[in-house]
Amino acid sequence: MKIKRRDFLKGAAGCGVLAAVGQPTFAKAEIKERLPGALGFLYDSTLCIGCQACMVGCKKANDMPVESSDLLPIWENPIDLSAKTLNIIKKYENGTGTNKDQETDGFAYVKRQCMHCADPGCVSACPVSAMRKNPDTGVVTYNKDACIGCRYCQVACPFNIPKFEWDSAFPQIVKCQLCSHLLVKGEIPGCCSSCPTGATVFGPTNELLAEAKRRQQMDPGKYYDFPISSLDSGKTFSREAASYVPQIYGENEVGGTQVIMLAGIPFSKLGLPDLPEKSYAATAENIQHTLYKGMIVPIIALAGLFYFVNRSQNDKD
Amino acid sequence: MKCRESDFENFPSGVSRRDFLKVCTATAVYMGLPASFGPKIAEAATAAKKRPPVIWLSGQECTGCTETLLRTSHPTLEHLILDLIALDYAETLNTGAGHQAEEYRAKSIEENKGKFILVCEGSIPVKDGGIYCKIAGKPVLEILQETAPKAAAVIAIGSCATWGGVPSAGPNPTGATPVYKILEGTGIPVINIPGCPPNGYNFLSTVLYFVTFGKLPELDDKLRPKFAYGRLIHENCERRPHFDAGRFAEQFGDEGHRNGYCLYKLGCKGPETYNNCSTLRFNDMGTWPVNTGHPCFGCSEEGVGFNIPLHTPANVKNITPAAGLTPINVDHGGGMSTGAVALAAAVAGAALGAGAVAVKKVGQEEKKQD
Amino acid sequence: MSEAKPVGGKVFTGPFLFFLVITLIGIYFLSKRFIFGIGAVTNMNDGFPWGIWITYDVVVGTAFACGGYSMALLVYAFNNGEYHPLVRPALLASMFGYTLAGVSVFIDIGRYWQIYNVFLPWYTNFNSVLLEVALCIAVYIGVLWIEFSPTFLEAKSGTKSKVNKVMIFFIALGILLPTMHQSSLGSLMILAGNKLSPLWWTPMLPLTFLISAITMGYTVVIFESTISALGFKRPFETNILTKLSLVIPILLVIFLVIRFGDILMRGQLGLAFNGDLQGNMFLLENILHILPLVILASATNRKSAKMLFLSACFLMLGGLLFRFNTYLIGFNPGDGYHYFPAIGEQFITYTIISAEILLYMIFVKKLPVLSGHGQAKV
Repeated sequence: MKIKRRDFLKGAAGCGVLAAVGQPTFAKAEIKERLPGALGFLYDSTLCIGCQACMVGCKKANDMPVESSDLLPIWENPIDLSAKTLNIIKKYENGTGTNKDQETDGFAYVKRQCMHCADPGCVSACPVSAMRKNPDTGVVTYNKDACIGCRYCQVACPFNIPKFEWDSAFPQIVKCQLCSHLLVKGEIPGCCSSCPTGATVFGPTNELLAEAKRRQQMDPGKYYDFPISSLDSGKTFSREAASYVPQIYGENEVGGTQVIMLAGIPFSKLGLPDLPEKSYAATAENIQHTLYKGMIVPIIALAGLFYFVNRSQNDKD
Repeated sequence: MKCRESDFENFPSGVSRRDFLKVCTATAVYMGLPASFGPKIAEAATAAKKRPPVIWLSGQECTGCTETLLRTSHPTLEHLILDLIALDYAETLNTGAGHQAEEYRAKSIEENKGKFILVCEGSIPVKDGGIYCKIAGKPVLEILQETAPKAAAVIAIGSCATWGGVPSAGPNPTGATPVYKILEGTGIPVINIPGCPPNGYNFLSTVLYFVTFGKLPELDDKLRPKFAYGRLIHENCERRPHFDAGRFAEQFGDEGHRNGYCLYKLGCKGPETYNNCSTLRFNDMGTWPVNTGHPCFGCSEEGVGFNIPLHTPANVKNITPAAGLTPINVDHGGGMSTGAVALAAAVAGAALGAGAVAVKKVGQEEKKQD
Repeated sequence: MSEAKPVGGKVFTGPFLFFLVITLIGIYFLSKRFIFGIGAVTNMNDGFPWGIWITYDVVVGTAFACGGYSMALLVYAFNNGEYHPLVRPALLASMFGYTLAGVSVFIDIGRYWQIYNVFLPWYTNFNSVLLEVALCIAVYIGVLWIEFSPTFLEAKSGTKSKVNKVMIFFIALGILLPTMHQSSLGSLMILAGNKLSPLWWTPMLPLTFLISAITMGYTVVIFESTISALGFKRPFETNILTKLSLVIPILLVIFLVIRFGDILMRGQLGLAFNGDLQGNMFLLENILHILPLVILASATNRKSAKMLFLSACFLMLGGLLFRFNTYLIGFNPGDGYHYFPAIGEQFITYTIISAEILLYMIFVKKLPVLSGHGQAKV
């Protein structure tokens, strides 16, 4: 090697000192809390009767097309969320499938749509801020004018929510936006207003968490009043409380979500993933910020490199 | 076929043998029996022996259950009571009244001990010694307790007799009690035909079945014949596709209501009521509450009718989910097509092959260059 | 040391025509993609939004294009002038590799007409790893063309250019930028979280991707040098490559120590022996890294052109598999999604590769890239 070992070590040490001095303290992952005004809804699988009124309500509220999985498209029956279906009811069945909210020989329903996370992977991922979290309501919305269609948001969502218009020449990403266009008018999302039993009930997330906890204290089999449409609608539905699993899904998953769920059978059986409390966005951003905050480390590195390259050319001359 | 043309000469309505057979066949079919049982029923009904006697007691009733029989047409009520059964006592239809009627009743019971069918309409009050319903000065509770042991079988017709009905709605000031409860522990066979009123044919079919076969049809755990009360109304409702597709009427007169959408949100109790209203319907005209646009209120179901408010959404009873609903785990396809795999394999193979050849060539060239 | 000279010779040779045909078929599928949408040509879906276009054309493609980066590190940063003859061909491959990766991005993204949004400050999201990758690569492509510009100027004017302070700045940038984005190509998959197998998901992804990229740079230099010599019937550059190749086993040891140390610390090594596809691909990936390590550990092997080339082949495959595993094979979104590239999708990738080979052939024959040793016979 032409460069003398001594010189190299001197240079490297110099670089290191510069970097250490200039570098900010290890950027800790800012654990993003739920916003105080966070809005969402509580989905209670034990109250759900699988009527799919929420799917119809959603399509109406968002002007979405019909989606059929049949050869002759007579029925609307999407098999999953897609570019045409923002919200879907799925069924769990086991054995004879005759007992509601029972794991063996039973059945249960689950509603899938965007969870409007407190620390969304999609928002962290999007290079052009097409996925944006509303600073007041926390609702995660999509802006097609910013979007470049890179689909990184699809990679980043632990719930596989954002869908893409694969069959369009000018495709967009499609997902539930909590009917933001209705929220600004003071109305509630389509799924909440159409649910007949109050399985999907709208409200501020902190109040929804309180309601979820109230339900977990109920005596299974006793009659209680359950709110319909929204927590403050005044309309209630009296029915027997079911036996809930002790978990409130979305309370802590990947930093918490604004849409939370209750069920009578384990959530993993309903297809909801088992997720850690720390969001992956926090891990990724932690690394990015440590390395690149203020671009200090790169600039110092560039300066160091310039020095070395310059020297190598001077050595030649 | 044992009955002959001459057997039918005395029919006041001039019913032909063929028409009568049709009636019996229809009755068989209502009960879920094969049509071939029709002739058996006809034979039993026209057997030379005496017509089976029936005693009809009235408790706290509105007479609706008697009225419902007036709405049947096969057989018609007069055909039934004049030709098929001997209705020896029924307060609404008695020709006689007062002492004569009561004497006739006592006589019939004595003569037909162990062979007559006791029909009870209306609930039985038990509070304060049962004074809230007295017939001929006697509490109907006592009348029932005296008469039932002598009957071959007891048929409780209507919600009141089967589980209490309207009189038993809270706070139940008279202590209205269903018939089967009164007769609990006596070993007397009781059949419940609930409804407010029940479809007349449910009652008729049960009676004719008993008359033909000498035994009761298959009953559920609430003593209701399974052929009529084995399914939820929800399971056979013609608006069920709307329920399954999430199309509901939200208010009376709204667009959904006028389109005939499901009435679940208006409080239809079909999903928790066992009955055959959605299939058999009423008045031989195919009408029933739901197809007129009013939600079912669960009149035949204990704990639902006269208990849960009309417009409170029903508890959907345990039935399996609709087949059209998508399961938790779906296969999204997008797997390997033969052509794609073949192409990829070919390219990979070619690349690896080229690499191997190149390695060999390098070795050869290297030797040459050394 | 000989001066760089155009290789000369016919451009429209047999191999050239072969790759040209592939390119033309690819253009048919590209038209389909732009007229009817991505779904008309690919098998990508909502569970697997990234397929071989991202995984091969961008991630593996830029890794294979790290020759320029690795040589710049050695020649300019560590001042090893004797490797100078290897710089220009490495730069050429890098230039094409990165440019075509950029073209592949343009083909892959759905709303390509708004691709400039990544440069608009009211849209940029500085929390996004992908933004950093996009900007870095965009700038680096410019840097590569600038670094290569002396070759164009020499061909025109016939005089050798001098390296001035401006060029030094770009060379320094050309070392910094790949360090940033090659590590970030690893960081990208951190957001995949629970969908990426623990055999590949780790916060160490940026470090392992970076070391792998640098290693790939040297590997590709050996590979391309040998193929060029073989293809253009020129002598092998074994004496230079021998000295260069010592770096590779050192880097591989560092890479494998970090990789396995991290997996062991997270207690996930058991997954490798499941016998399922992911486990087996993990084992294969590591075998393809260990084999070249063992081969190149021996000084005798490092002096053999054949052994150098063989190790390079293994390591190219190993690096490719490492990236395929991290982006595709180790990725399982659940929910019943599957993915295998469709025919049209594959063809577009083959077209990108063919285009690079075609351009390489043209440039090397017309411009002073390879150090002169006589006329080409191919």
